[in-house]
Amino acid sequence: MTWSWIPANSGEILSLTAKNALLGVVPALIGLAISLPLGIACVRWGWLYPPALSGVNILYALPSLAVFVALQPYFEVETDPPVIIALTVFSLCVLLPSVVDGLRAVPEHVRQSATAMGFGPLRRLTQVEMPLAAPVIIGGLRVATVSSISLASVGQLIGVSSLGYLFIDGYQRAFPTEIYVGITLLIILAAAADLLLVLSRWWLTAWRRGDAGEAGVT
Amino acid sequence: MTFLNDAWNWLNHAAHWHGSGGIPMRILQHLGYSGVVLLIAMVIALPLGVMIGHTGRGTVVVSTLANVGRAIPTLGLLVLLAVFLTFSPLAWIIPLVALAVPPILVNAYEGVAGVDREVRDAARGMGMTGWQRLVKVEVPVAMPLIVLGLRTAAIFVVATVTIIAYIGLGGLGRYIIDGLASYRYGPVAGGALVVIVLALAVQALFVGLSRLLVPAGLREQARHGKTELPT
Repeated sequence: MTWSWIPANSGEILSLTAKNALLGVVPALIGLAISLPLGIACVRWGWLYPPALSGVNILYALPSLAVFVALQPYFEVETDPPVIIALTVFSLCVLLPSVVDGLRAVPEHVRQSATAMGFGPLRRLTQVEMPLAAPVIIGGLRVATVSSISLASVGQLIGVSSLGYLFIDGYQRAFPTEIYVGITLLIILAAAADLLLVLSRWWLTAWRRGDAGEAGVT
Repeated sequence: MTFLNDAWNWLNHAAHWHGSGGIPMRILQHLGYSGVVLLIAMVIALPLGVMIGHTGRGTVVVSTLANVGRAIPTLGLLVLLAVFLTFSPLAWIIPLVALAVPPILVNAYEGVAGVDREVRDAARGMGMTGWQRLVKVEVPVAMPLIVLGLRTAAIFVVATVTIIAYIGLGGLGRYIIDGLASYRYGPVAGGALVVIVLALAVQALFVGLSRLLVPAGLREQARHGKTELPT
């Protein structure tokens, strides 16, 4: 371990970390933005879900590197879109089932109570069903974000910069310090994103705070 | 359609289908690496997951692994071990096994731990010993989740074996890594297409396997929806 390498390169290390965070978080958020309406549609029209689920299961099996290089010719060399698009698709694969499972887990009596209280379909969805489904959806978002942050580093193989640069450069120079720093920062980044999402779940589900444990959605 | 076009043109060269660097050989290598890794991961994770689910002891291990497993940067671990271990097969076996263990372990645990109380009690009431309950009741009932865990691990491994070409190994990733290094898109596209087809075939194989391994009673139940006991 050559500690002096770290302060000497702190600027580059920081910018690679920020870039990796971006490549991890943006796909997860776009994936969420797509899977929410899609998931709601799948719950409303049940026949839509089995084919959609088969579709995401198939997409999820695709090797990330193969998808990166397949998208490569359609964009300028070494730009982010191939990685962002591929990771968005993988995020969607994780998120769609969580959105559907979360919404389906809302108890029927709760739905009926909301209707009886005069909630229209849209208000019931946004003010009753979505908040109750939030813990499950955030669970999916945690998986999607952490995996995207980790997979983004593979994008370095097609020249899209991220903490993966430290892996590739460290390997080519047989300089382990660089690889250690890359691995450590990637894990810290993933843990930080995970923690933020756990906090956001706590913040979004006020009703679960009062009593200990898993009250709320059963 | 540059990707499919280039891939197709490259695949259409007879020369790419022969010899030690030919596509059939690379597919065999790819499956060979994947098989070794899956076997090791199964030997570690299946008994552990099943026992934790059966005894209820060590559940912390499961939740920790489930969370940490996803965050492990496989490429980083791979190159780090390659620097230290150079030509040892452990350099690729360790990171890939680390990738495959969590899904197998977590699903085996959840499958066994999630067996209905009534089912467990019925087995006990029939006079089965702890071991008999595990082998004859809990594991068969947990089979759908166990196979799902294996399928997830297999998908991760077949996909990720692609990147071990970066540290100089064979497999289908060879075409992608070499093509990228020499700025020739043909082998990159061709290799990517073959690896995609292989990944889909492996997934289909495991879907078929789950049909074979899941006990008939459970399949019946799935077809008619979960049977509710009359109360």
